Amino acid sequence: MTTDLATPDPATAIHAAPPPLAEPSGWHEIRLTVNGAPVTAQVESRLLLSDFLRDRLRLTGTHVGCEHGVCGACTVLVDGEPARSCLTLAVQCAGAELRTVEGLAPGDAPLTPVQRAFHECHGMQCGFCTPGFVMTATALTEQPRRPDAADVADALSGHLCRCTGYRNIRRAVCQALDERFDGGDAEQGE
Amino acid sequence: MKPTPFDYSAPGSVGEVLALLADEEREAKVLAGGQSLIPMLSMRLARPGLLVDITRVPGLDRLYADASGALHIGAAVRQSRAADDPAVRDGWPLLAAAIRRIGHPQIRHRGTVCGSLAHHDPAAELPAAALALDARFVIAGPGGTRTVGAADFFVATFQTAVAPDELLTEVVLPPRAGDGWAFEELARRHGDFATLGVAVTLRRAPDRRTVAAARAVFCGAGPVPVRLPAVEEALTGTDAGAAALDAAASAALAGLTPADDVHATAAYRREAAAHLLVRACTLAWERCS
Ligand SMILES: Cc1cc2nc3c(=O)[nH]c(=O)nc-3n(C[C@H](O)[C@H](O)[C@H](O)COP(=O)(O)OP(=O)(O)OC[C@H]3O[C@@H](n4cnc5c(N)ncnc54)[C@H](O)[C@@H]3O)c2cc1C
Ligand code: FES
Ligand code: FES
Repeated sequence: MTTDLATPDPATAIHAAPPPLAEPSGWHEIRLTVNGAPVTAQVESRLLLSDFLRDRLRLTGTHVGCEHGVCGACTVLVDGEPARSCLTLAVQCAGAELRTVEGLAPGDAPLTPVQRAFHECHGMQCGFCTPGFVMTATALTEQPRRPDAADVADALSGHLCRCTGYRNIRRAVCQALDERFDGGDAEQGE
Repeated sequence: MKPTPFDYSAPGSVGEVLALLADEEREAKVLAGGQSLIPMLSMRLARPGLLVDITRVPGLDRLYADASGALHIGAAVRQSRAADDPAVRDGWPLLAAAIRRIGHPQIRHRGTVCGSLAHHDPAAELPAAALALDARFVIAGPGGTRTVGAADFFVATFQTAVAPDELLTEVVLPPRAGDGWAFEELARRHGDFATLGVAVTLRRAPDRRTVAAARAVFCGAGPVPVRLPAVEEALTGTDAGAAALDAAASAALAGLTPADDVHATAAYRREAAAHLLVRACTLAWERCS
């Protein structure tokens, strides 16, 4: 089993073998795309997407805090939209295209504007909540039109940061949005 | 905690869904967006033997207005898709507003409109909006398909007219006909379930000065969405001015019998209901076309 997801090569399918001691109930073979690489895996019905990513694909950038949908740490992009990986079963993702924080700047690739903005604006403190915020922010920058301040607040309120306030996080997101949407309105969300 | 083991099936037709739900031995459960069901599985509050994923059934993802102007929302239509749909925003803005009060975009991207209605949390926004909008519910079961009105759909906390072997295939909203609308709620934080919420629709009489018809439905005020005829009577025929709003607020205070819980006392909820009602009626009156 090779899971060299740092440099995804769409030509090599990743075969994630089931762990030996899991209960053999309701197994399914699923095929999906994770950070651009095709993945084929045997999964138990009850396997959460968060556990699939972390334990089976070793993509531990996706963090798990509450495991019932409240904290947002486990947020990944499912077919381009941010979603809770702890409120999604891996088997539901058959055919889906997933993106995790590892897929943003693989290997030596430069940081994305969102990642750079988190770095420059000190939007990351301990870093536990950061992957979730970064994925939600990435989706915001990928919308066709600039989201307004209320949309940004709505999206960020889907994440809990235990370290400090949200000012720097919001500043980082606004910087990334400014960069993406051509200067835009620099006061947005401040 | 993790869910107990179960089987999973993603059938390709409503008939297959119903056949799987009929399997009593395995205790099958419908899986739509999973935003309520999966936490219940993880906390082991639910231990079904089989999950029937309905999101891959062709046709259930349909969202459209029919020839009569009624809006049909299929069981697999996600909340964010409905809230962002131009036809919904234009014709049923109350529905779009209620959806945007559900959690966060990350939840609404996966949660379905019908899933929230079928789940029927007493603090949820959509059941109140559905009652205010006179929704009809299309339910498929072993004996065929039946349609239930909103007044009969919500039975008790987490209980609706949908039996365990049935599927809510779509919810249908009649045309809005220019009613003014508002959804106001009190929640502990942005995105939380409503501690108390109210959906209001108002229609102007042809003279444009008086209220021809009013609807007010509260969530978080009882085991089912609460519609108060006394509130609606207090508004109908008036100019929606201060006196009428006062009377409506008094009727809400007198008519609501919410329970105490960890989020708020009953007295606090009634007080909040009266205030939110006044705010919602004011907004709805301004929005009447
Ligand atoms: C952090 C967080 C915050 C939230 N905040 C809110 C909030 O503020 N307001 C609010 O209203 N909700 C809130 N929710 C719940 C959310 O809206 C759910 O999406 C919704 O209640 C259920 O929809 P679903 O499609 O995810 O259904 P599921 O979770 O898949 O199913 C829920 C239940 O309904 C049944 N069911 C689903 N679809 C059907 C059908 N077509 N026919 C028959 N039975 C069916 C299932 O069997 C299950 O019992 C929140 C959830 C989270 C995780
Ligand atoms: S771990 Fe998924 S939302 Fe907290
Ligand atoms: S940076 Fe520490 S939890 Fe947010």
